[in-house]
Amino acid sequence: MTEVEIIRDRGPRNYSRRKFIKGVIAAGATVSASSYLFRGPGVLTAGQARGGVERLMTLTVNGQQRRVDVLPYETLAMTLRYKLGLTGTKLGCDRAECGACTVHIDGVPHYSCSMLTHQVRGREIRSIEGLESPDGELHPVQQAVMDEGGFQCAFCAPGFIMSMAAFVEENPGANRAQCAQALSGNLCRCGDYNKILDSAERAVELMGQRA
Amino acid sequence: MAVIRDMIPPCELFQPASIGDALNLLDQYGDDSWVLAGGLDSFDWFKDRIKRPEAIVDLGGIEELTGIRADGDGLVIGPMTSLTEVATHPDIVGRFGLLAQAAAEVATPQIRNQGTLGGNLAQDTRCWYYRGGWPCYRAGGNICYASAPKAMNAEHCVFGASRCVAVNPSDTAPATIALDAQMVVTNSSGETVYDAEDFFIGPGIDIERMTVMEPGDLLTSIRIPGTWAGADFYFEKIRDRQSWDFSLVTVASAIRASGGTIQDARISVNGVAPYPMRLDEAERAVIGQAASDDTGIAAGDIAIRRAQPLRHNAYKLPLMKNLVRRAVRAEV
Repeated sequence: MTEVEIIRDRGPRNYSRRKFIKGVIAAGATVSASSYLFRGPGVLTAGQARGGVERLMTLTVNGQQRRVDVLPYETLAMTLRYKLGLTGTKLGCDRAECGACTVHIDGVPHYSCSMLTHQVRGREIRSIEGLESPDGELHPVQQAVMDEGGFQCAFCAPGFIMSMAAFVEENPGANRAQCAQALSGNLCRCGDYNKILDSAERAVELMGQRA
Repeated sequence: MAVIRDMIPPCELFQPASIGDALNLLDQYGDDSWVLAGGLDSFDWFKDRIKRPEAIVDLGGIEELTGIRADGDGLVIGPMTSLTEVATHPDIVGRFGLLAQAAAEVATPQIRNQGTLGGNLAQDTRCWYYRGGWPCYRAGGNICYASAPKAMNAEHCVFGASRCVAVNPSDTAPATIALDAQMVVTNSSGETVYDAEDFFIGPGIDIERMTVMEPGDLLTSIRIPGTWAGADFYFEKIRDRQSWDFSLVTVASAIRASGGTIQDARISVNGVAPYPMRLDEAERAVIGQAASDDTGIAAGDIAIRRAQPLRHNAYKLPLMKNLVRRAVRAEV
């Protein structure tokens, strides 16, 4: 069997998982659990105990109100990636040990793999998708990373960029050591830390020019 | 483990708005309940399927558990106050800098933004056999894998072993002992106040718990008395790398000296026993002595007397001895 035939076998419209999820989101409906991810008996049908949390909720993500159906034990990273299609937030370790899933909650960096979506009801969530301004102008940190070629494989980049953005917004004129301290909750397995810190310094500079 | 476990197994989530509601839920679900503070440790347990609670009780919505307020010449800290806030709050930084420094050295910025003081104090041990789901004493079994002949026990205890050889990993715990803090524990029958050094317990008292708290109990406030405000503090956490890591040995001390003589001292060390240790004997040995390096050396020698290292952790003895020495010498 050739490669082409294998791909055809996957379905009538040859949809990738990513396209499928984004399609569901584009339809504008309340996004519900998609069966491919939340498998296992009883998960979808689990009843709700009296006094337990209400599953339907409105999240404020990147300035938008998003209506979403969230399981009581669902992490924010799961909701962002698999319910809201915001796949810029990466899941590395899923154990608060790598930082790839870093997002801002009310402007403060958190590991989205290690908090429940129900814990952030009513708070401002900002993911990497919400960093550029509405007119498409890059955030100074994004521009700095482009200027310096900050990452090699860049799987960790969204997490690093979110940590960096929260820091430089609050700390104008920070030096390299302070940036390193602020980024100490993110890991880069390519070991590109020097270029990442070059980017951070450049971001401080760009931030200063903007002010 | 190469097994990818990407979802927390089904359970109920409750978000009570008051301590009373939370206590009712804990009573209702008993052993099947789980108190959720920051959650950074809890979610790992759930994802790994090692702890399987039926009901998670999230304390995040209880306002009275958060915040720092003055109480006479001391402070009352809500256990749900984030470590970042503890590390940066002007009253803590200015008067109880020891606790601020301890909180600042926990893990990473993201973890400190979410992790709470109460969660850090009441956290479970990091023994990797226990964490890996092995049926050890602490997990209700009948063996300690960490003290078996070929066990990897470099991070385990040199004091206080009683079947279990795990250590208490908290950075803030020794600071609370050095500051003579009190823990207020509340359950449906009322409130009990414990001195910090009695709040943490070893396996000789209960092998399955790290603190006096039993199911149904909540840590509802941490009281820091004014006694040690503005004293000379020393805190040092030794770990394999400077970020993210748990402590190997940590020392926290509060000393009052005048005219080169130590008037009063409290020294606590963590990472060497299943509970944060208060070094009473070393304290007695330095009080009334000159705040000098010789006094520090003597205190260090006393501190490690009666230590019983395991196969791979004898390095903790010189480490502890030198940390105690530095804690005393720092006042010179």
